[in-house]
Amino acid sequence: MKHLKLLAAGAVIATFGGIAAADATTLEQVTSRGQLVCGVNGPAGLTGFGVPDDQGNWTGLDVDMCRAVAAAVLGDATKVKFVPLGSKERFTALQSGEIDMLARNSTWTLSRDTDLGLDFVAVNYYDGQGFMVRKDLGVASAKELGGATVCVQTGTTTEKNLADYFRTNSLELKSVVFETADQARQAYDEGRCDAYTTDASGLAAERTQLKDPGNNVILPEIISKEPLGPAVRHGDNQWGDIVRWSFNAMIIGEEFGITQANVDENKSSDNPEIRRLLGVEDEMGKMLGISNEWAYNILKQVGNYGESFERNVGLKTPLGLARGLNELWSKGGLQYAAPVR
Amino acid sequence: MSNIEARTTSEFPPGQHPDMPPPVATSGVVGWVRQNLFPTPLNAIATLLALYALYLVLPPLLNWLIFDANWQEGTSRADCVREGACWTMIRARFGQLMYGFYPVDQRWRVDVAFILQFVAIAGVLIEGMPGKRWFALFLFLVYPFLAYLLFYGGFGLVEVDTSLWGGLMLTLILATTGIAASLPIGVVLALGRRSHMPVIRIATVAFIEFVRGVPLITVLFMASVIFPLFLPEGMSFDKLVRALVGISLFAAAYMAEVIRGGLQAIPRGQYEGAMSLGLGYWKMNAFVILPQALRISIPGIVNSFIGLFMDTNLVLIMGLIELLGMAQSATRDPDWLGQINTALAFVSLVYFSFCFSMSRYSQYLERKLHTGYRR
Repeated sequence: MKHLKLLAAGAVIATFGGIAAADATTLEQVTSRGQLVCGVNGPAGLTGFGVPDDQGNWTGLDVDMCRAVAAAVLGDATKVKFVPLGSKERFTALQSGEIDMLARNSTWTLSRDTDLGLDFVAVNYYDGQGFMVRKDLGVASAKELGGATVCVQTGTTTEKNLADYFRTNSLELKSVVFETADQARQAYDEGRCDAYTTDASGLAAERTQLKDPGNNVILPEIISKEPLGPAVRHGDNQWGDIVRWSFNAMIIGEEFGITQANVDENKSSDNPEIRRLLGVEDEMGKMLGISNEWAYNILKQVGNYGESFERNVGLKTPLGLARGLNELWSKGGLQYAAPVR
Repeated sequence: MSNIEARTTSEFPPGQHPDMPPPVATSGVVGWVRQNLFPTPLNAIATLLALYALYLVLPPLLNWLIFDANWQEGTSRADCVREGACWTMIRARFGQLMYGFYPVDQRWRVDVAFILQFVAIAGVLIEGMPGKRWFALFLFLVYPFLAYLLFYGGFGLVEVDTSLWGGLMLTLILATTGIAASLPIGVVLALGRRSHMPVIRIATVAFIEFVRGVPLITVLFMASVIFPLFLPEGMSFDKLVRALVGISLFAAAYMAEVIRGGLQAIPRGQYEGAMSLGLGYWKMNAFVILPQALRISIPGIVNSFIGLFMDTNLVLIMGLIELLGMAQSATRDPDWLGQINTALAFVSLVYFSFCFSMSRYSQYLERKLHTGYRR
């Protein structure tokens, strides 16, 4: 019986090809394939996080996460195959081995971390639910929204968070519910609601699509925690380490002011931590099972976290997001990386 | 004789009355308008209302689509300065909308494949084309392998992974494969359902009813999410293959019912006649029953094809980016944020042109084949 199964599996493998040996580690699979398979935001992409440009190159904050891992493991940030995934199939794709890692603005929650057999290894964007109002409403804080009508997308945690927030602050809520984000935004734009709520990064993207973006403000309150980060399969700790430290290298790079432009000069720095990071001293890369140049390659080819942030979602992009929680810990934010030692 | 209309019949002797033109009110443009648009007061009101509705809808639509639209080249939405549709985005993204992420220097392969397909189909469909049989043989026996070779690569051509396929190319691949596979499978299923052998009948009924009982989106969802979980770890079928199998089987179940409708319309005498000629089951069906049944089913079959063509965009949930997905993804690009109306208008136009052509060809086919039944 067992042989029969093996035979059948062999036949299928022979027919369809593209199969990796089942017991190879993810790192072995990636290096032997010479390509990282990375799950990104699909089906159509998400502005600023993962979206193809006019030439078909994927760009975005999550995409840079994939590129950083490819740079660390393979030494080439372009050796990535991007697999756009819908919200429902993203975790299955990771479990079934279709992708090596997932960087698709997925919120790190306990159930996903345990029940789904995944490991979230970092938080590359601290998101949270926020509000947008028209300037002429004269509201400066979400606490003043009592009695206001709020446009919200249905079937999301957003809707529940909204109700919870208004109840805990004993505010009167009149919510207007829509099926899609596009409908909710349009209704808000036409004046059917006083406020519009969704994740803060989404709010910024939606604001650019309004008739008069300048006339709308995003309120400072963030009413929920949405830590978004890359995930890997549970159980392959070495691979999890590589993804985590690829991200950490980008953070540490920013801490030390190492950019794409000056990374080469930094190789001759006297700072022992920089020397360790860039592989001049000690053998940090070997401990991870990859090249000693891993962090150098990331910073050279992708850049540090701040560069990636400003390039994809920062103030100069159409999204125009401020660093906020995603500022370095030393500047009042939450982005903090363990030291390379 | 200068003013013929003014004369009355009494002026002419019997049998010598000249031919007179019909009254102005019943001929020419005026007559047509009176007969077709204003025959009764109720119809007159309906006509006026319809005209008013057109007046309300058409000018703004045409303005948006054509006169106020942005036709110039550009690289971001800042270049779309005019009020109307931003065709600039479609121009900038045209390659992606057509071929997805297919490498630019390899796109000629897709062109060649579709031109070959078009020529072969035209050869089969156009009446009186010399060598029709060769076109058909090419289309059904040679072309599938050739297309696979051109699209995917091998034998000296660079391999292009299916994850890079997208846009209209993917839509057409899904639709043509679905159409080509569903018709023969549908015929077999329809015959199976009318078979006298219980095992075959029960099996086909179970398949048809099961597939018709679930929405296509569920079938695709199963294919993309649940199916991989049953496979050993590290082993995965190509996503596109999964989608193609799902769509083909789904379409086949519907096709089977359409064809069964045609089979039921064939009078018993046809079967008896065929049997009395000594034809066996297969020959009877191939030469007597099916040609008639398929002819009757043409409207239903084409209806299914058109439905299938438009259902292909459901593969979006599997992360396959076909035409609609490509258009949506263009509007998520920071450069083109929020141009969703233009994207949808473009996709509608493409879908319409394909579906309308299919529908026109089916009407032509009906006229050609249905002479005996036409009323």
